[in-house]
Amino acid sequence: MKITEEIVDYVSVLSRLKLPREEKGKMVGELESILEYMDILNQLDTSGVEPMSHVFPVKNVTRTDEVVPSFDRAALLQNAPVPDEEAFLVPKTVE
Amino acid sequence: MELNQLTALQLGAAIKAGEVSVAEATAFSLERIQAKNPENNAYITVLEEQAMARAKALQAGVSDAVSPLYGVPMALKDNICTKGIKTSCASKILGDFKPPYDATLVEKLDAAGSVTLGKLNMDEFAMGSTSETSFYGATKNPWDLTRVPGGSSGGGAAAVAAGMGWYAVGSDTGGSIRQPSSYCGVTGMKPTYGTVSRYGLIAYASSLDQMGPIARDAADCAAILDLVQGKDPRDGTSLNGEYGALSAGLTGDVKGMRIGIPTDCFGEGLSPAVSKAVLAVAETLKSRGAVVEECSLPIMQYVVPTYYIIAAAEASSNLSRFDGVKYGWRAEGFEDLTDLYNKTRTEGFGSEVKRRILLGTFVLSTGYYDAYYKKALQVKALIARAFDTAFSKFDLLLTPVAPTTAPKLGESLSDPLQMYLSDIYTVSVNLAGLPGISVPCGFDEHGMPIGAQLIGAALQDSKVLHAAHAFQLDTDFHKKEAR
Repeated sequence: MKITEEIVDYVSVLSRLKLPREEKGKMVGELESILEYMDILNQLDTSGVEPMSHVFPVKNVTRTDEVVPSFDRAALLQNAPVPDEEAFLVPKTVE
Repeated sequence: MELNQLTALQLGAAIKAGEVSVAEATAFSLERIQAKNPENNAYITVLEEQAMARAKALQAGVSDAVSPLYGVPMALKDNICTKGIKTSCASKILGDFKPPYDATLVEKLDAAGSVTLGKLNMDEFAMGSTSETSFYGATKNPWDLTRVPGGSSGGGAAAVAAGMGWYAVGSDTGGSIRQPSSYCGVTGMKPTYGTVSRYGLIAYASSLDQMGPIARDAADCAAILDLVQGKDPRDGTSLNGEYGALSAGLTGDVKGMRIGIPTDCFGEGLSPAVSKAVLAVAETLKSRGAVVEECSLPIMQYVVPTYYIIAAAEASSNLSRFDGVKYGWRAEGFEDLTDLYNKTRTEGFGSEVKRRILLGTFVLSTGYYDAYYKKALQVKALIARAFDTAFSKFDLLLTPVAPTTAPKLGESLSDPLQMYLSDIYTVSVNLAGLPGISVPCGFDEHGMPIGAQLIGAALQDSKVLHAAHAFQLDTDFHKKEAR
């Protein structure tokens, strides 16, 4: 798998990362060697094999819909980089 | 009494018998931490005052000690949420994050009378095999401070090896408990997936993550797991089961136990010293009546790429929550919201974390999903099947934990692919959800510890511990102390 700067740019946008030029150049080479190695999986015939997300059967877990107190707002806002009394503050998103 | 020579269970018994006070044991640990942390950097946060206050409070209830580990000082990896206590994942991006709640495991240990000495260093977000990617600086191996302790739970393994606490709780996504335990000459176990609640463990790859003990020996590991295993309504993947009897199963009798040695794990790339020490474990168990036989597990050559595709994919999704808005650190000098995200994440994550986020995003992206992610999930099914077949013939498999002993600091990070390849013996256990333990089994020519891995079928944690314990009855590798 040939990894180009364009591919790294594209997945960087999806990942909300913006690598400085030098870091990006290094990443291109590293991702390419890692993905090249991963191509070894193509030696295995997996036709008809069901993809396995979880080793143990996982099913939906439901519970009774009971009203219980949620976390205290002030306690949660305590960790925010920029809060006011009742919200997380971010730059204006809608003009 | 030489406190440092006691296991956690022995210390618990001495506390209960009134031979040692909880405060004495705690002060002893804190002194060791004070003396040794500047050189090995095992701890990110030390809770001196809280630990001493807790010790005094616990002493009052010692006559009604609720568990065999009542009053025993221990520490937690810094990706396990502790209410009101900084939990950093060794990352800049979490800043001074203080969780508003305790992990279920922390609640359980608390109820059992544990003393928390502090939070342990690790690879950033548990991504790494050396504990060098920490924002708080590398942890060093107590056996040789020029070498890595392994990773990602390197702080935990180093702390236990250096006597800076009687046990640690780590997390293991691809070997992060077992490999550092092997490098530091301590005993570490990843239990069956789903047997310990992940509620409050900051996620790396949710389908593989599992918490477990790092301790002096297998008996301590069993005692710790007896306290923390169990179904938890707050973790939908936790399993119903019979828990709490692991300690009771340690009889030392392995007569008739069938142990398989996958020859695929003893080929090219394995250091001769490691190979010899691990194979000697089979001889010891054989002398106790176990039946040892070679077997083949050719799927091993595919486990590393499968693991890194799945783990990176899940990481790219799990780590999207770190955006500089709700908690942790936020970059400065941004133009708009997207720029805030970009700057915070680019400056807040280290390069190994960014590499895995990008890799994971790539394997999940349109056009590549089928070729990489879906393919890896199919191979995962084949890996699980291969283990099922192996466990139809054997009770346990014996393999190395890592191809070598601990490398020198700075040697591994220059070539990420080489570092990934060194995880070959541990990652398959996570992919198949199995229990695996690392037990000290020798030393190499530099005096560095070697670990052997025993792997069991799903939910056969008791057999794994049982065999490890039997091995430790006949050997004293686990009793050797780091310099």
